[in-house]
Parts: sequence; structure tokens; C-alpha cells
Amino acid sequence: MAQEHKQPRKSSESEEQVEEATASTDAVTERKEQLDEDIDAILDEIDDVLETNAEDFVKSFIQKGGQ
Amino acid sequence: MSVRRIMGTETEFGISVQGQPHANPMVASTRLVNAYASAALHVRRARWDFEEESPLRDARGFDMSRDVADASQLTDEDMGLANVILTNGARLYVDHAHPEYSTPECTNPLDVVRWDKAGEQVALDACRFASVSGEPDIVLYKNNTDNKGASYGAHENYLMKRSTPFGEIVRHLTPFFVSRQVVCGAGRVGIGQDGREHGFQVSQRADYFEVEVGLETTLKRPIINTRDEPHADPEKYRRLHVIIGDANLSEVSTFLKVGTTALVLDMIEDRFIQSDLTVTRAVASLRAVSHDPTLTHLLERPDGQTLTAVELQWEYFNLAKKYVDQKYGDDADDQTLQVMARWESVLNRLERDPMECAQELDWVAKLKLLQSYRDRDGLDWDDAKLHLIDLQYADLRPEKGLYHRLVRLGRMERLLDETTITAAMHEPPEDTRAYFRGRCLDKYPDSIAAASWDSVIFDLPGHDSLQRVPTIDPRRGTKAHVGELIDSSDTALALFSALTR
Repeated sequence: MAQEHKQPRKSSESEEQVEEATASTDAVTERKEQLDEDIDAILDEIDDVLETNAEDFVKSFIQKGGQ
Repeated sequence: MSVRRIMGTETEFGISVQGQPHANPMVASTRLVNAYASAALHVRRARWDFEEESPLRDARGFDMSRDVADASQLTDEDMGLANVILTNGARLYVDHAHPEYSTPECTNPLDVVRWDKAGEQVALDACRFASVSGEPDIVLYKNNTDNKGASYGAHENYLMKRSTPFGEIVRHLTPFFVSRQVVCGAGRVGIGQDGREHGFQVSQRADYFEVEVGLETTLKRPIINTRDEPHADPEKYRRLHVIIGDANLSEVSTFLKVGTTALVLDMIEDRFIQSDLTVTRAVASLRAVSHDPTLTHLLERPDGQTLTAVELQWEYFNLAKKYVDQKYGDDADDQTLQVMARWESVLNRLERDPMECAQELDWVAKLKLLQSYRDRDGLDWDDAKLHLIDLQYADLRPEKGLYHRLVRLGRMERLLDETTITAAMHEPPEDTRAYFRGRCLDKYPDSIAAASWDSVIFDLPGHDSLQRVPTIDPRRGTKAHVGELIDSSDTALALFSALTR
């Protein structure tokens, strides 16, 4: 009996573990997607303020040396 | 003393006249400083008093001859360049071809952050005041290079005991400076002085350092600068002039830069460091650490052992931990504990994955942004857009600067709120002589003929000659010393009479 009890418990345990593992994989995927979306949103915002002609801008940023 | 000592920063801003890349930067810088002086200050402008300046004095004990000095080293000759002292005790002026802001003397890292950030606001206001109709806009950048060969500085100053042998400072500070960039570097796109190689590096300044010890700041830049001009009693003090740092926008970067350096200086003064942390070929090592954002480059010790820059920082951290425990125990002050906690946390994460510091450290924040662009748009390191992002990160304008964008998006951790920083544009620190200087300029602007770090010169009715009040001790002239006296003196004459009674 003890064993019969143990078996299902074990299997339910491992099912739980599998569920947990799946859930955490889902969470990671979700978090990663969330992060990617976040980064995309940030880049979109940055795109809006970046100087338009990067090449000209970089070329014309000329400084005299200082200390 | 812990992280507390008399210290401050100086920032030379990159300057660009919109639509005129070849505009004379001295003229533009002068326009900015004058615009700020006339718009933000009272009627009469106090002149900077150069009497106590001696930029050719060398910490090793000799003076460099004026004849052999390069013209760019002669900062004490008033060349008619704009130069103004602010009511917060700071100095705003034109140095070489850049507008420069020096914070007032502060006593702790958080105050340095506060008055350093206030300097960005002052510089930004100067741009706004200078933008009058008919004149092109001027934009300032808090960075250190144009990636075409020119570099300009962001210096730190620390008051030290004269009795500490300079050799000890060189010995224990050089390895610290080689490695601290992993914490306080500002990040740069481009390798080599003129950026001819493509890639990202940790520090803005590393490629511009050529020798280990020396007096120069504009050519053959040394890791340890020997300029010795204490602006305090030279018998008791030296001022350690640190020229190797990057200009930081991140508050955490500045806090750790100044806080950890102050701790190491405290240990050096106390002769606490017994071990030899020397790494071989300091200049080459400095660059190699900067060129490796994975932080895996191995530094070499004279005995052949190797370690990473983060591991070398751990050595200093562990010494500092032992030192603070032994010397202060439970009495350690709050900021010392904060510096230690943040330093430890940042080193832990830098070791695991530098990207975990993207919300705190300039170079990591910048690298993360650049990497995201590379991933999204498939850009190579030579792409102009990545160079643009590097430059625009440092744009002081809140609407254009990418650091400011990241702050607004909640992507950068802050230590201070905006109100505190804005107040510091006008108010001096209360616990140094900057308090006396700032309050006098605020309350008696018409009676101040000139001022400098170590004096305020009054022009008083009934006195034929100017009256110089020396402020040679940076720890005197505080609110506790003169606050009530200034409050109760309606005129500069009343104050002067009370002071000289």
C-alpha cells in the first residue's frame, strides 16, 4: 500500500515538477519576449531623437584638444 | 576620514556650433560663459584671482621653467578669456578651447555628484542664454574625445596630507587607476587616439595616456599627474590632480569613481596597504583593459601571476573592507558604507555578466544600447550610426541626449532628485570654504572685486585699496563658522569689519 501510495505521489510530484519547469520556461520566454518588446520600444524612442544624418554629424564633430 | 575629504571635479565640455563645424571653439566658449555671467549673475562680475595659481609647480619638488613649458600649460596668464565664479562656489570659465566647470570644494562623494550634476545644468543654461537670434545654437557634450585625435579632460581633485610620500601615492594608485575604469569608464566607439580601429572600448580616455608619471595634462598625458598646487597651506597639504578619469553622466559612476578613489587615498595616507598590487607595463595594461569589454583581459604582476581588472579591483575592495572594519567598525559613516556596498555589488555583477550593470554604469548602459542597435539593424562597429549614438549619449540637452532619454525611460538609476541638483546650481556646499565664497558673491556682488579658491577680494567704501580675505583652509568659512555672521551683516563692509575686528 505504502508503495502504491508512494508511486502516484511520486508521479504527481514529477508532474508538478514538469509543470513547474514548463511554467518557468514559459515565464522565461515571456520575460524574454517582454524584454525584447521593451528594447524595441526603447530603440523606437531613441530613433525619434537621433540626429538624422549620422555620417555628416559624426564627421563634423571636431574638437580641439584640451587637458 | 573614510570617503570623506576635501575634493571636487572639473569638466571640460565638448562644444559644437550648430551648422558650423569649423567655428572657433574659443570664441564660442567665451560666448557661452559670458552669456551665463550676464544672464544668471548679478550686475558686477567678480574677476578670478590668479595670485595663488602655480600650474608649473611639480609634486616631485621642482618648478618647470616657463621657457620650456608648452603654451597650453600656462593657465594662470589671464588671456582675456571668460572666467566667472558662481554663487554655488563653482568656477565657470574657458580653458583651452572648451568651456569648463569646476565644482566647489565638497567633503563627500554624494555632494561631488550633486555639484557635478549641477554643473551640467549650469552649462545647459549657458547654452540657452547664448542662443540669441541671429547666432547659431551651441551644443555641449559631456564626453572626452571627438574620435579624431582630440581629447579633453574630466579631472578630479583630492586634498591630501603633504606628509604622505609621493612615491607611495604613485605605487598604490597606479594599479587602481589601471583597473577602476571597469567601474567608472564612460564607454567609447573607436579604438586608438583617432579611432581608426573599429570596436567598443570601456574608457573614453585610456588611449590618450602615454606615460606613468608626469606634469603635463595636454601632451604625453600621465596616469599619475604631478601638478602640485594645493590651494591650501602647502606645508600641510598637496592637491592630487587626477586626470585619467572619464566624464560621467551616470550618478552611480561618479559616486563610485570619487568614493572608491577617496577610500584608496585614505588607506595610502594611513600606510595601510602593505601588499604590492603593481601590474607590469601600466600604460599598455590601461589600454588593454579598456579594449576588452568582456573584462577577461589578464594583467600581469611582476612575479608573473595574472589577474583580471575586476580581480584587481577586488583586491582593493578587500583591503578597504578590512580597513574600514578595523579603523571605524560600527562607527563607519553612512556614505563609506554606501560606497562599499555599491562597489561590492557592482564588482560581483561585472564578474558574472557586465550587462547586469546597465542601469548604473555609463559604459555598460552605452554598450547595451549599441548592442541592441547592432542586433536589430545588423550594424558593424564602423557604422556611423553607432558613432552617433556614442556622441549623442553625452549631449547635455534633455530632449536630445541619450543618457537623459534612458533616465526618462526609467533605465538609469539615480541617486539624487532634480530639485536637489537645481538648488546646487546656486547654493554652495555648507561645510567648506565654498560656503563663504558663494554666500559673499550672492549677498554682496557689488563689493567683490575678485575671488579664487583661496581668497575673496573686497572693494569696500572708505578703503583705498582692495581688501583680500584669504581662505587658505578649505575646512574653514563653513556655514557653522560664518553663516550667522553673513546673515547678520547687511553690507560687505559690515562683514569685513566683523571679520577683521
